[in-house]
Amino acid sequence: MVTNLASRLVSRWDLEETAVKAKAFSYFRAATIDQALDAHARAGDDARFIAGGQSLVPALSLRLQAPRLLIDITHIGELRGVGREGGYLRIGALTRHCEMLSEPLIAEFAPLLHAAAPFVAHPAIRNRGTFGGSVALADPASEFPAMTLALDAEIEIAGPSGCRRVKADDFFIDLFETALQPGELITAVYVPLFKADQRFAFDELARRRGDYALVGCGMLGTFTGEHIDDIRISFFSVGNTPTRVRGAERALIGARLDAERIAAAQGALEGDLAPPESDEVPPAMRLHLARVLLGRLLGRLGEGA
Amino acid sequence: MSAPLTSLDRPNSYIGRSVPRPNAKRLLAGRGRYVSDLRLPRMLHAAFLRSPHAHAKILSINTDEARALEGVHLVATGADLAKICTPWTGTLDHFKGMTSAPQLPLPLDRVVWAGQAVVAVVAENRAIAEDALELIEVDYEDLPIVVDIDGAREAGSPPVNPGSASNVCFRSQLDNGTVDDAFAHAAHVVEEEFSFGRHTAVTLEPRAIVADYDPAAGMLTVHHGTQTPYQFQDLYSRHYGIPEARVRVIATDIGGSFGMKLHVYHEDMAVVGLSILLGRPVKYVADRIESFVSDIHARDHRVRARMALDAKGEILAMDVLDLTAIGAFSTYPRTSVVEGNQVIRLIGAPYRFRNYRATLEVIFQNKVQTSQYRAVGHPIACAVTERLVDMAASKLGLDPFAIRAQNVIADDAYPQTSPTGYRFEALSHQACLNRLHELMNYEGLRAEQVDLRKRGVYRGIGIATFVEITNPSPAFYGVGGARISSQDGAIVSLTPSGEVRCLISVTEQGQGTEAIISQIVADQLGLAQEHVKVITGDTEVTPHGGATWACRGAGIGGETALQATRALKRNILEIAALILQEQPSALDIIDGDVVDAGTRNQRMPIAEIARIAYFRSDTLPPGTQAQLTVSHHFAPQGYPFAFTNGIQGCSLEVDVDTGLIKLLKHFIVEDCGRVINPMLVDEQLRGGIVQGLGAALFEECRYSETGQLMNGSLADYLVPMPMEMPDIVIAHVETPTADTELGAKGVGEAGTAAASACVLNAVNDALAPLGATINSIPITPAKVLKALKRF
Ligand SMILES: Cc1cc2nc3c(=O)[nH]c(=O)nc-3n(C[C@H](O)[C@H](O)[C@H](O)COP(=O)(O)OP(=O)(O)OC[C@H]3O[C@@H](n4cnc5c(N)ncnc54)[C@H](O)[C@@H]3O)c2cc1C
Repeated sequence: MVTNLASRLVSRWDLEETAVKAKAFSYFRAATIDQALDAHARAGDDARFIAGGQSLVPALSLRLQAPRLLIDITHIGELRGVGREGGYLRIGALTRHCEMLSEPLIAEFAPLLHAAAPFVAHPAIRNRGTFGGSVALADPASEFPAMTLALDAEIEIAGPSGCRRVKADDFFIDLFETALQPGELITAVYVPLFKADQRFAFDELARRRGDYALVGCGMLGTFTGEHIDDIRISFFSVGNTPTRVRGAERALIGARLDAERIAAAQGALEGDLAPPESDEVPPAMRLHLARVLLGRLLGRLGEGA
Repeated sequence: MSAPLTSLDRPNSYIGRSVPRPNAKRLLAGRGRYVSDLRLPRMLHAAFLRSPHAHAKILSINTDEARALEGVHLVATGADLAKICTPWTGTLDHFKGMTSAPQLPLPLDRVVWAGQAVVAVVAENRAIAEDALELIEVDYEDLPIVVDIDGAREAGSPPVNPGSASNVCFRSQLDNGTVDDAFAHAAHVVEEEFSFGRHTAVTLEPRAIVADYDPAAGMLTVHHGTQTPYQFQDLYSRHYGIPEARVRVIATDIGGSFGMKLHVYHEDMAVVGLSILLGRPVKYVADRIESFVSDIHARDHRVRARMALDAKGEILAMDVLDLTAIGAFSTYPRTSVVEGNQVIRLIGAPYRFRNYRATLEVIFQNKVQTSQYRAVGHPIACAVTERLVDMAASKLGLDPFAIRAQNVIADDAYPQTSPTGYRFEALSHQACLNRLHELMNYEGLRAEQVDLRKRGVYRGIGIATFVEITNPSPAFYGVGGARISSQDGAIVSLTPSGEVRCLISVTEQGQGTEAIISQIVADQLGLAQEHVKVITGDTEVTPHGGATWACRGAGIGGETALQATRALKRNILEIAALILQEQPSALDIIDGDVVDAGTRNQRMPIAEIARIAYFRSDTLPPGTQAQLTVSHHFAPQGYPFAFTNGIQGCSLEVDVDTGLIKLLKHFIVEDCGRVINPMLVDEQLRGGIVQGLGAALFEECRYSETGQLMNGSLADYLVPMPMEMPDIVIAHVETPTADTELGAKGVGEAGTAAASACVLNAVNDALAPLGATINSIPITPAKVLKALKRF
């Protein structure tokens, strides 16, 4: 599981391969989505798109990945920008983590992402890392991929066979495995606009500020008074993928948010989560922390968070 | 200032004054000259293939493809380097009975830890060298692995070094024969088993070396990021058979060391050999993962200890067993047993009791070597002692301050000898205890703690007294046969323009050695500090000396500079007296001017004396030979070590649901003798405390059962970061040593010595009402939640 850098990057740890210099690769700067897709196909898929490079570059330097070609997507205008489209906020794949903090549309219409952003790494990394890169990598310890689940977001994908939209619920498949096929590009993420009757909460437990969390959670609930009409709760750092806790959600939907319901939701986590073995955070501890965090966040939601 | 050395109201009296480090601006402006940045003409780059196995036989190595790669100049194995480098053994004579296997730059037939360098490649650049590594094939046959302390000690455990009877490197015992009796008659006994995780230095700049062998001149120049250039000059000379005068080691700016860069590393020795084989400069800079698996680690102790007390809380005796695992070899040339040795000798040091027994067992295992790192042994000795004192206090219903006040050696009782044989000249435990009590507003913190507990908030308050070993004499290494100097040398010259250059053997690692030396020189001569240039770290330029380790820069290096400068001043005043037709004793120097000692009236600038001496010696009385360069050596005499002392306190909050700990505030009252530069002393303390707090809560090298380091990256190995660090409040007591004129002792390790003990006590204080205890460092959320039975 996600206990060390190498496994986070490609789930492999092999001392023989320690290195600081990337293997030689070719570099291509794409101006359009089509150019990027085309270059990938021509490289026989022995290529990687590079966005912020905050995960890919360390993996290259450690020689955990050694593609023949890097396709720089950061100059593709179509992947940029944040704007309203119907009932959704369209967030371009190249939106940087720091823009999650500074962009007023995100603060207004996707406040859960705004709340999660300060917990993603440190300022230097947030200045370069991109939303699309984070979702594409699908690190189970990452904040944003998990929040796409809580937000019921849709991921827009461009590929050789055209464009499609995949629900976040169907996107994350296994450790670093998603619905993205080799050579496909995330172009944007669509987030349903935040509404007046909704409440959200986000927090994580980490030993140091900016670290990947021991356990993290974000949630978005729709309320009538104190009555929960709907709620989506998503955890990260609890397993191989970002994880929605449907048992806990069920324990809450249709009920008033009170101490008894919170306890029921905490109780349901045991069925929702199966944290993996880890030398530092045993499964039972992670489950305990998830319960504590869920309790605290639901408490905040109850206070109108 | 307890013993006035110079009146502080004089201009250029710098001792006791906070002046900025002259090199700080240069480093801040990116003008540092680090070995990592060095590029020499014709320079090549080395990279190392490392063992993925913790213990294995090397069956074969195939380097054909790697050699054939374009841009590769040399592929060398253990056998290649063994032809030109003699082996080394990390033992010292005064550690009776210790053993360690001989070591070579690269292994011949067996690897003994995962990450050990096996094959070296030298190429046009690092990337090509790394490409070549991928083409090398090594066939290994796994051998049985010894990882944990218990496994290593079991009868029938596979030996780390074949042929040896056991995995014991060294055993030592201290026993004054009265311990059993003392325990038999004790009213109270407290006992605990403690464990201390392995951690490592994590310097900002990793290890870096450029070796440059010139076959035409038979001359080896090594640019080496190290604290101890003279030690390496000696070692490179002896192991590669090059006369000492033809080996030059240059240690310029260095991005942190903390003791880690004192030791012989296999890669560094190999790089010297590679340069000799190629006749070209070869550079190697460890990457971060290589640093984690090949820099020395430290700590890794398990200590069982008990303490006996009488009915009133008087400590009667301590009985200790320290087990420590050090990897597959003892490091060279300082060994890996010094930490354990200091643990058993420093335990109980602040207190008056006399009955003491301690056993140390140092054990081999298949991990990277441990050795000296900032505060060697101190944090362990301190945590064991201070936790037992707190346990005793709570058993007896005494306040932690009260039990310490009752048991520390009284400030007026010196000189004293500790139960372990250390001789203390003068310490100030009582003064420090009293000062801390007031500094941290102890009563206020306790009242707040009681209040918050009612609301389910668990605050803890911890204190820890400590004793630090500084200013080591030859008793430290010299008596054991190591060619590690405990003296220092300085050459001070008056330049023709009336400025002063000081070449000195102590080295600078960012702690401000050059700053304090320039303060001492300026102060003693009577000159503005900006007119003093201090030069360090080049064996061809600076005189031979111990350099900087174990807290000796100020105490020994500073005294060397002081005495050298006084000699230069005498010589200057002699010439001045001739010119002015006065008695030298009637003259003094203030602010670069020779003055009348009595009236302080200016007579002539020292620049004028320099001008006359250097350019118009014909105008001086016949027979006058001006000596405006003075060289001087100083070796500590009197007490074998200058011990310092102090006390730390902290306040923290434990989140009992998550096990996370928030450090709220940290305090230290410290006595390092004469404070030369209060700002630098305070920053030494802060930095040291932060390292101690890292050990307390975060830092640990975690290994798998197969001997693989699990967290060898900065994403996984947690170093302390600013967001988690508390404010640190500092106060001083000054008890100068009478062994030197300067009176300074060391301060570099005091912060690290007691910070983790303090946190351990505070966490236990916070958890006390919940009936949970912690006896293991680092204190992780998992350990806290386990202790609280939360999962
Ligand atoms: C020290 C450090 C700490 C960090 N801490 C955290 C943290 O706490 N939380 C956290 O979430 N992250 C953290 N990160 C990771 C950071 O958020 C990365 O920015 C993010 O994971 C990847 O985004 P990127 O734009 O940098 O992607 P890159 O590194 O450029 O690419 C990552 C992967 O995604 C692919 N990719 C990128 N963009 C696209 C796209 N549009 N379509 C398809 N594939 C694409 C690339 O091919 C590559 O495989 C940390 C990184 C570092 C270096």
